[in-house]
Amino acid sequence: MSDNIDANLPAQPEHSGDGTVKPGYLPVAPIEHKPRVTDTDPKAARRAERQVASMFALSMILVVVFVIAYVTIDVTAVVYVPVLGEIGASNLVLGLTFGGAIFFIGAGAIQWAKKLMPDVEVVQERHSMESSTSEETEAAGNYERGKEESGFARYKIIRRSLLGAMALFPIPLIVMLRDLWQSEPGQNPAEILSSTSWNDGMRIVPDIGHDTGENVQGIRPEEIPVGGLVSALPMSIKDLKKDAVANMRDRGKSAIILVRMDPEEIRSQQGEGWDYQGILAYSKICTHVGCPIALYEHRTHHLLCPCHQSTFDLADSGDVIFGPSARRMPQLPIRLDEEGFLVAQSDFQEPIGPSFWERG
Amino acid sequence: MSTTNTTAHPVEKVGAAGATFVDQRLGSNKFLSRNLSKVFPEHWSFMLGEIALYSFIVVLLTGTYLTLFYKPSMAEVIYDGSYVPLNGIYMSEAYASTLNISFDIRGGLLIRQMHHWSALIFVAAVAVHMFRVFFTGAFRKPRELNWIVGVALTTLALAAGFTGYSLPDDLLSGTGLQIIRGILQSIPLIGTWLAFFVFGGEYPGGEIISRLYSAHILLVPGLILALITVHLIMVWTQKHTQFPGPGRTNNNVVGYPLLPIYMAKAGGFFFIVFGIVALLSGLVNINPVWIFGPYTPDQVTAGTQPDWYIGWLDGALRLMPNWETVIAGFTISWNVFIPSVVVPGILFTGLAFYPFLEAWATGDKREHNLLDRPRNAPVRTGIGVMAIVFYGILWLAGGNDLVATTFDLSINALSWTLRVLLIVAPPLAFIITKRTCLSLQRRDRDKLLHGYESGRILRLPHGEFVEVHQPLNEKELAVISSKPDTAVLPAPEKSDADRVRNPRYLVHSLRHRLSAFFYGDNIPRPTAQEIEAGQHHADDQAAVEAPLLEYEERDVIVNAHGGVLHHPGMPTTNADQRTSSDNNT
Repeated sequence: MSDNIDANLPAQPEHSGDGTVKPGYLPVAPIEHKPRVTDTDPKAARRAERQVASMFALSMILVVVFVIAYVTIDVTAVVYVPVLGEIGASNLVLGLTFGGAIFFIGAGAIQWAKKLMPDVEVVQERHSMESSTSEETEAAGNYERGKEESGFARYKIIRRSLLGAMALFPIPLIVMLRDLWQSEPGQNPAEILSSTSWNDGMRIVPDIGHDTGENVQGIRPEEIPVGGLVSALPMSIKDLKKDAVANMRDRGKSAIILVRMDPEEIRSQQGEGWDYQGILAYSKICTHVGCPIALYEHRTHHLLCPCHQSTFDLADSGDVIFGPSARRMPQLPIRLDEEGFLVAQSDFQEPIGPSFWERG
Repeated sequence: MSTTNTTAHPVEKVGAAGATFVDQRLGSNKFLSRNLSKVFPEHWSFMLGEIALYSFIVVLLTGTYLTLFYKPSMAEVIYDGSYVPLNGIYMSEAYASTLNISFDIRGGLLIRQMHHWSALIFVAAVAVHMFRVFFTGAFRKPRELNWIVGVALTTLALAAGFTGYSLPDDLLSGTGLQIIRGILQSIPLIGTWLAFFVFGGEYPGGEIISRLYSAHILLVPGLILALITVHLIMVWTQKHTQFPGPGRTNNNVVGYPLLPIYMAKAGGFFFIVFGIVALLSGLVNINPVWIFGPYTPDQVTAGTQPDWYIGWLDGALRLMPNWETVIAGFTISWNVFIPSVVVPGILFTGLAFYPFLEAWATGDKREHNLLDRPRNAPVRTGIGVMAIVFYGILWLAGGNDLVATTFDLSINALSWTLRVLLIVAPPLAFIITKRTCLSLQRRDRDKLLHGYESGRILRLPHGEFVEVHQPLNEKELAVISSKPDTAVLPAPEKSDADRVRNPRYLVHSLRHRLSAFFYGDNIPRPTAQEIEAGQHHADDQAAVEAPLLEYEERDVIVNAHGGVLHHPGMPTTNADQRTSSDNNT
């Protein structure tokens, strides 16, 4: 940029306010320039000056109000504001004063620029981005000299070993990423994804939030009316109460829904005798990308995912009838145990949730 | 700078001494002498990039404040704070600390909302700024590299947004993470392992929040900051592009100097953006995470939406047909992989390489400092509108459940309509846009040849009616005649005169056809002779009008607006007409 003509320009533009620019500054673009009121009328200029100064003053006042509001307004206090409704008083006042204080600095500066600073457009020349031939030659010469002096071209063995070393040195950085997942020996993701906590005799308990209570024993068939839906979990979730990670994992994996329909209405299911008197258990995790599903229309027996609208027909093996999901909802075979509670007959017979490469 | 002025204010004297001190050590005056009066052209659309920059600064400031209180931990706690409805509930420390910031830290909610609002404004400003650069052809040589930096910044902006969105660990953002898990798992070959590495084991694990946190507050913003610096240095070095206008050429910059105009205007504008974000955050609630409750993977709420910039990806997931194939025991989930990985991948790659594709197709290797008017590049404008329509339909699809419930439509019918539209509407938008641009070019040509239509109708002595055209003013003339000359690359010969086959025939033929696609339909600029002929025509008209103008002097006014036919003796304005009919009654 050394040939830039900017270097010859004065640092401060000199502007006389009447639309003309003093020689030595810059050529003026052939644009008609209309003087502003503030250029011609000293009164208007003084008025603009006062406006700018008042905005800066207002900003200072708002800062003082902000500090007072911060100290005095209780953080939990709520006020009613028309249109906005009930909102936090502290947030409202702090936002208005802080925002106003900042805003008026900007408004003042821009008003100053628009009304009082010169508004004559000036011209500067551009220069091609490309370097001159002499600079190019010099750069190439420097490169050649460096190549020659270092012997990069001559010392073949140094060059190759350097390239090898450079290629290998990032490997430790990549290897160390292995423990992003601290797996047990022999564990592989596909196997983990293919099983859940359900097994033969695992009792089904209703999902009543995090505190799936100590006293909850299970679900009896008569507690589910025809047309009803119950979100449920394996009994083992109670043992995981203290282990947040395992608890969350099981909720994201073993969660099921129980629906009850007239046995006559069941057109098909995924296995012979997997229901119990019209009570069907399906995974709650969508086979599309894994959202939990609980939008159930009991007359049509359709289950709709709220995330991407995949729709499954629970009266017909949980098949996909609409939407982006490619897989049916896996069904959990259930039966009754000796105490009259619903239990699983086994684990799911196929992986639940979103598909994955090794799923098959 | 180091020259002392006897009338200088004491502060100025200290400043001058400081400037000298720095200059003697860094030679800063060389830089200042060149750059303090650097000229920047002015146009409202040049402020879009500024909004992006300033809102990013607000994001950094407010984000730093939030790190003082936020705890990126998935450890379980029982909430005990000012927000009564959630008291006694189990939740992650991340969520609890977010509630704490929102309800117990004075000004905490304000800063949290400012962070969210300015992040939304940042992404929006980046997107609109990118549209401006695209449609005006500002990405052309020599600015292709800066365009690529811009595309990278856009991608990083989305990454910054998404990693931050998930940090409160509320039910809504957790569902978003669950979807990310599903997307990762859909990647062929490595997806399953990748998901386990990202989440530190099986979903959701206990690691993801702290990992997102380090990406959100260090990795991504660090990269953004570095690239913004590169972006601005390039703008500075290459000088800003300008719109065509009087006195503006490809070789100059017409505008206002940095000191004082842009120092005041741009500096002031930073405070305006900052102030508006603060006012907005004081008045309008954003992302009320306390309503959604803590995250648990077996709960979801209906009708939930991601932040606006992720909506199109969610829409793509919704519209994709349910294709999945199993080959040799391995599953490929096209239904997830295509909309969430392939489509965005193609879109962003295409975006990054677009300047080079266009330059190659048109054979345009010149430096461009004067911006194109979108109409003068109909194919580019068409492609841009096509992309916006494609994006817009996906975005709409991202809210298809809300659209369906609001307007009482069948979700199935709506999804199918959008699927069809996604294929049909973009090409249609391209054609309409291109045709509109060409029509505007024709109008420009007419204006250059005949001036603009004044709305005044003249009756010539032999009975012909003509409309009077007025010459364009200087500004309009400069803008319209800025239209660049475009030429289609010549069609190559299969073989030369000696019947030697042209080895590059196929490539050259492709380029010929592409350049014909880009430029073939352009309306040529009128030649000097044509403009001269048009001028004669106007002179003839003026000659015809001359006697009328004499009438004008005798107060027979030619109606300037209504195009009312007139001759001497007739009422010439609507007002006159009304008066005369009033008199009759």
